Amino acid sequence: MSVDTDVMDIVAKQAKVDVGALKRETHLSELDLQSIDIVELVFAIEEKFDIEVPYAPSDQNTAGISFETVGDVIAAVDGLIAKQHTDKNAG
Amino acid sequence: MNRVVITGFGVVSPLGNNYEEAAVTLRAGRSAIGQLKNIPLDGLLTKVGAEVRNFDPSAHFSDKQLPLLDRCSQLALVAARQAVAQSGLKFRDGLGARTATIIGSGVGGLATLDDSFHRLYAEGSRRVHPFTVPKMMISAPMSHITIEHGLTGPSFTVASACASANHAMGVAFQMVRAGVVEAAVTGGTESVFTYGTIKGWEALRVMAPETCRPFSRNRAGMVLGEGSAIFVFENRERALARGAEILGEFIGCGMSSDASDIVLPSMAGAASAIRACLADAGLAPEDVDYINAHGTGTAANDATETKAIHAVFGAHAGKLAVSSTKSIHGHSLGAAGAIELAATIIGMREGFIPPTANYTEPDPECDLDYVPNETRAAQIEVAMSNSFAFGGHNAVIAVRR
Repeated sequence: MSVDTDVMDIVAKQAKVDVGALKRETHLSELDLQSIDIVELVFAIEEKFDIEVPYAPSDQNTAGISFETVGDVIAAVDGLIAKQHTDKNAG
Repeated sequence: MNRVVITGFGVVSPLGNNYEEAAVTLRAGRSAIGQLKNIPLDGLLTKVGAEVRNFDPSAHFSDKQLPLLDRCSQLALVAARQAVAQSGLKFRDGLGARTATIIGSGVGGLATLDDSFHRLYAEGSRRVHPFTVPKMMISAPMSHITIEHGLTGPSFTVASACASANHAMGVAFQMVRAGVVEAAVTGGTESVFTYGTIKGWEALRVMAPETCRPFSRNRAGMVLGEGSAIFVFENRERALARGAEILGEFIGCGMSSDASDIVLPSMAGAASAIRACLADAGLAPEDVDYINAHGTGTAANDATETKAIHAVFGAHAGKLAVSSTKSIHGHSLGAAGAIELAATIIGMREGFIPPTANYTEPDPECDLDYVPNETRAAQIEVAMSNSFAFGGHNAVIAVRR
């Protein structure tokens, strides 16, 4: 599962922790990531997978994506990659 | 200590391009936020902003002047002409040397930078226009104002991101109050609508896709604006002696730094600046009728600012009117405090409190009287205006009718 591994690597790098310390269940809040760190994390993910992540922390009714755990991030990336394929095939 | 009054007012902003136009927009509570027209929108997620409309540079500047003037300088020069004309002051008879020119700006001539570097990096050009540097420098608008009006006294530009204009006007006030100068030409200017800048703001994930809804539960972030407001501040005795029309009195400013985070606001830092302003102006919390809020429409700012107002004003917080006119004119960054002082002065003089537009849903975290959507007829005697910048630089000003 390369998406899993890649996302884990990106999160570990951003949080400055060993990738072995991360599980899918790990909450981002446990990793001492501030809001600006999450924004940087989202940027790293967009760059890595060439996707647009509709992450919008200011949106109170969040139409965008919110991340609680590492698993949420992986699931979101999987979903966005799948959507991108669909959009491309449709387009 | 001298008292300091405002004897000149100029505004070129999404509210309108002079006092009268701005008063009409504000009174109607009509948001000037809309689809951007002055830049191509391809590739942008953010397609809305508050632009200055009906502004034809060639109507204001000669062909010889224009190559030197970024849009942020053009807007400031036209606003300064209005302010100086209204004040009736002539600076070339010696007063210029006793007048300060202090302008706030967050980023300077970004359109110039964007165009010049696009030529180099994208178009393969080997040279840029010789005026690139003097046109893009953040102090250029201020420089051109001094040149046009013969202002030979102290002059500088203040940059503290979104608090730049309040810092600039606060320092100008202090200089006139202390008697270092007799008058000051002061305010702010900003014009940031370029593809590169908007991409930068988008990347920070703070931009609202549709509109700016300060203090509303469904707020989704900020919307950029542009514009300039420039004022003439003057020693009150001097203004009275010459029979000048007094538009309001500038009575205090308070400044503080959070010294904590480059983007997240701090309740303590904001409260500290508001308290410092009250003390500087000799005001009790109960004296304040209206606060023009920083009110960016981001989740973080609006809740934090609300808490800061509660912390400082206590029971009076519930009686204050608080509105964010950014819902109407957007967030013009380094010019914001000046455009918001313009809105405050208009409300004070015209007998109304400008509303928070686009407010649709109460938020338990934002529980003050935000004057939602409808302009309120009221006589403001004393008003404050908050600016809380990225980097944690807070500047709060106070004016009296």
